Amino acid sequence: MTDVLFSPGLILIFGAFAVPFMPLALRRAYVLLLPVIGFWYILGLEPGATQSFTFMGYELQPLYVDKLSLVWGYVFSLAAFLGILFAFHQDDRVQDVAALVYAGSGISAVFAGDLISLFVFWELTAVSSVFLIWASRNEQAYRAGMRYLVIQIGSGVILLAGILFWYADTGSLAFGVIGIETLAGKLIFIAFGIKCAFPLLHNWLQDSYPNATPTGTVILSAFTTKLAVYTLARGYAGTEILIYIGATMTAFPIFFAVIENNLRKVLAYSLNNQLGFMVVGIGIGTPLALDGTAAHAFCHILYKALLFMSMGAVLHRTGTTKASELGGLYKTMPFTATFCTIGAMSISAFPLFSGFVSKSMILTAAAGEGYWGIWAILVFASAGVMEHSGIKIPYFAFFAHDSGKRPKEAPFNMLLAMGISAFLCIFIGVYPQPLYNILPYPVDFVPYTTAHVITQLQLLMFSILAFIVLIKTKLYPDEMPSTNLDFDWLYRKLLPNIVRTLGRKIVEADHAIRRYLLGTLGLFLGQVERWSGMNGILARTATISSMAFFALSLLAVFLVLYFIKE
Amino acid sequence: MSDDKKDWLDNQANVKKIIIGVVVICIGLLVAEFFYHKHGHFAIENWFGFYGFYGFIVFCGIVLIGKQLRKFLMRSEDYYDD
Repeated sequence: MTDVLFSPGLILIFGAFAVPFMPLALRRAYVLLLPVIGFWYILGLEPGATQSFTFMGYELQPLYVDKLSLVWGYVFSLAAFLGILFAFHQDDRVQDVAALVYAGSGISAVFAGDLISLFVFWELTAVSSVFLIWASRNEQAYRAGMRYLVIQIGSGVILLAGILFWYADTGSLAFGVIGIETLAGKLIFIAFGIKCAFPLLHNWLQDSYPNATPTGTVILSAFTTKLAVYTLARGYAGTEILIYIGATMTAFPIFFAVIENNLRKVLAYSLNNQLGFMVVGIGIGTPLALDGTAAHAFCHILYKALLFMSMGAVLHRTGTTKASELGGLYKTMPFTATFCTIGAMSISAFPLFSGFVSKSMILTAAAGEGYWGIWAILVFASAGVMEHSGIKIPYFAFFAHDSGKRPKEAPFNMLLAMGISAFLCIFIGVYPQPLYNILPYPVDFVPYTTAHVITQLQLLMFSILAFIVLIKTKLYPDEMPSTNLDFDWLYRKLLPNIVRTLGRKIVEADHAIRRYLLGTLGLFLGQVERWSGMNGILARTATISSMAFFALSLLAVFLVLYFIKE
Repeated sequence: MSDDKKDWLDNQANVKKIIIGVVVICIGLLVAEFFYHKHGHFAIENWFGFYGFYGFIVFCGIVLIGKQLRKFLMRSEDYYDD
């Protein structure tokens, strides 16, 4: 145990400052070493360890260690290491710095004991991670990054507003149970919900992650959303509405994943669906459910990173992750195909793979509390996971119809990162006890019962059977190059269209009014011209004699009228 | 590139073997129902082969509904490019 305590993420954040000044070889070793040092430091932290100081009269606590934060601390460090190892071959200082600061702020955020520290690291994750999207260095990624940044910063602003109200109400900045009863609680809930990709707040995820670099997406997939899961677990455990929000999250992305052509986007929908399971666990809020959420977050980060890695490797080698352009890659990328399949079996929760030992905790908790409708949705969603992540990802990338592409196998560092992730997925699945030991509550749960194993295998194998039937009967939809509308249509199409249309209408109205006024003015000037212009009657120059004649005529008329009247 | 090297999966007979394998496993999993005690939380879990049939139907439902959704949601690939 170290004597001087500090927030472990700072090792990565401050460590990143040296990165720009290092030559490539040194830099590669250095960025890989930092997460290892961070992990080693977190291993030495005991629950109850804190560091706090007073800043401008506020009691800040950048380090607060308990069993919940430790689970996230471990897995975030692991994810940072694997993500950086996966990117080892590339030479991009911007991404190196961004990955370190992003991972570091994610780690620091889960150890934040007060809301101000949380806010600072919350925003830092947003600002640093956008560079992993922009690092694709194309127009599309730039725009997606801007949309991402606006939404992420927006979440931070709402969080800050919530914190201010919370402080005004309670006089405390400590980050503990918050609840949605107060306005402050609602605001903070929404801020967390945006990052957690709640339904209708979710689209930044599917919009941005597929636009990041092949390696950037791997890093991105680990932190932001799971940080939000952590904060929800700390602040809102047992908040019933989360059960329904979570169930919705497990269900609706499935349909989008079925028809999506970009496999990295399929994985983003799949990520959304996995978050749903965790959110349900938080909503149920029993020790088993919260343990399930923590365990699922841990397993999920690893297998989701593995899946994004396999697609990253495909993108790196072929330049695309569109299902319609892929197929048959197993011939030349057999290791990547194998690792991807292991990730797919883990996320689908096959027995002996990691998803099985964590997801079953949440399902058992839901059933145990009598939420039969929720339970039915979660089982439904499990079949959905099998469809889009278990089958679709490996099948369309590596098997299906032969695309004729014969890319080289992924670089060694990518294979190593995938290999370690795949090993961990199987290790946890076969031997879950070490994972159960680090969970927040004592685990009294046996994943491997005959009933669990057989029922789960039935669900999965009959899903595979259904897939075969649908393929053989040609009912399975072909992969087509396409864009599918989702909620982002609202702010990418409808809103800009409204603004554009409104703008056009205003301009049109403005033109019409101007035209009318100019027309009227023209008519008026025409009349003036006619009467008083050069040849106008009123402006005509007359001779004295004609004027005298005109005056005499008037007099004559007057006289005549006078006599008539008399 | 050894493009034309025939892989095991290129042979349709082998693909057929895999399919038969899946069918056999599914049947085996149904037969297994007779050999253990269920202790499900809900009555429906105790129906014969519930998870298998639920999985099959739900899977087909998801795919076929998703396919229909394309009618409403699918646009060209460059839809958002201005």
